[in-house]
Amino acid sequence: MTASVDARTTDIELKLLIDAIFHRFHYDFRGYAQASLKRRLTAACERFDCATLSQLQDKVLHDPETFPGLLDYLTVQVSDMFRDPAYFRALRERVVPHLRTYPSLKVWVAGCSSGEEVYSLAILLREEDLLDRTLIYATDINTGALRRAEAGVYPIDRIAGFTENHRRSGARTSLSDYYTAAYGRAVFDKSLKKNVVFSDHSLATDSAFAEVHLVSCRNVLIYFNRALQDRALGLFREAICRKGFLGIGTKESLNFSAHAQAFEELDREQRLYRKRGDA
Amino acid sequence: MSAQPSRPGVSAVAVGASAGGVEALIRLLSALPADWPAALLVVLHLPRDRPSLLVDLFAPRCALRVVEAIDKEPIVPGTAYIAPPDYHFLVEAGEAGEPPHAALSVDDFVQYSRPSIDVLFESAADVFGPRLAGVILTGANDDGAAGLRAVRRAGGVGLVQDPDEAHASAMPIASRDAGADFVLPLAGIVHWLQSQHEAVSP
Ligand SMILES: C[S@@+](CC[C@H](N)C(=O)[O-])C[C@H]1O[C@@H](n2cnc3c(N)ncnc32)[C@H](O)[C@@H]1O
Repeated sequence: MTASVDARTTDIELKLLIDAIFHRFHYDFRGYAQASLKRRLTAACERFDCATLSQLQDKVLHDPETFPGLLDYLTVQVSDMFRDPAYFRALRERVVPHLRTYPSLKVWVAGCSSGEEVYSLAILLREEDLLDRTLIYATDINTGALRRAEAGVYPIDRIAGFTENHRRSGARTSLSDYYTAAYGRAVFDKSLKKNVVFSDHSLATDSAFAEVHLVSCRNVLIYFNRALQDRALGLFREAICRKGFLGIGTKESLNFSAHAQAFEELDREQRLYRKRGDA
Repeated sequence: MSAQPSRPGVSAVAVGASAGGVEALIRLLSALPADWPAALLVVLHLPRDRPSLLVDLFAPRCALRVVEAIDKEPIVPGTAYIAPPDYHFLVEAGEAGEPPHAALSVDDFVQYSRPSIDVLFESAADVFGPRLAGVILTGANDDGAAGLRAVRRAGGVGLVQDPDEAHASAMPIASRDAGADFVLPLAGIVHWLQSQHEAVSP
């Protein structure tokens, strides 16, 4: 984008573009954190050959091909299996013992991207002998990512990293038990997703849809401003059963949220929380 | 070298460092008083995937409060915020009457780096404008040059460690060549930062 457009003008254009997308496509990015959104849309300008965000707005409104591609700039599809192994270790040690006491379980992975976090949890629950009685809701707004999540196929060159993370998460099995490798790809075992429902759901515009025992929502809230974080956390608070559990990203915090009081810290470092009995 | 600023003191100083940066940062951070009137925002390139020990390393040597930047944490004077490993560290303007706050992202690598110095500097320039100084220290890549340009374009001050003195010279050279207000040895940079204190203190 041209350096001659001053920062304030860019801010105005950004707001107008986001409004246009909301009115035209009903995707609501109005409550997203501005700084990183601006960077990604600036990169999108280059990709779509636009000199300004206003030109990009023109294109997104008049060329139906543009929006699906732009969605990959508006949302960030970066994920890993067992990202932050210590988080999964803490889930095993601090949350699983409670989960065991329920005859059936529901887990919501909000902002699941291309599924890495979902398969990580499914494997962990299988190792703990809980997967058969668990229903997992895996939701995201990026339908392309959801399709990849449902497929459960990843490039083989990512497997070494996944395996190392899995091992460090306190694994009881070997990751290779869960996929077959073929033609440069690792295809994860279908039985892992037998009880997984993948669906399009926005934390910005949709409501809570079920009562669950655990919500895992990692590195999604960082993309929201405080008001939208509060909306999303409100949905989690509503969905999580009495004394149920919430896990968020390692560098995210409930401290700055209106809902902080509804949760108590279960593992401070790993950002695991438990809903208070009276919340 | 005793660059007493003829301008009002800065509200924030963004610092970027890479190879050799730990030692340089210790010298810089430990020289600032607890009541230093600005916030420090720090990106140091590190091997990813490792819990950052930087805060434990810096805090006991510093009078300033040293913390790892957490998403949405308010940015206040007298505190050094260190970018967590494997996250970009950005600054967001505060809403009505509130201070700016930290914002993190796991967006793709920029200049092969996450955290990226360019990402921090560009977003901080947007928020702090002329009340920001950018400092590029030792490092063996190009990260930070575009960021420092953004800082200066927004009216802020650009300082670069003298490449002859830096442990690794590539990063300071790239930033100097992109344009800097001061190219100084580390001691000179420290002095400039300390003078911000005098500029504000009675
Ligand atoms: C960085 S990824 C995190 C993936 C995974 N949770 C992890 O930690 O590895 C962020 C995800 O949030 C999704 N997302 C963004 N806005 C959302 C919204 N309003 N509702 C639901 N998901 C959203 C994005 O599409 C993306 O897949």
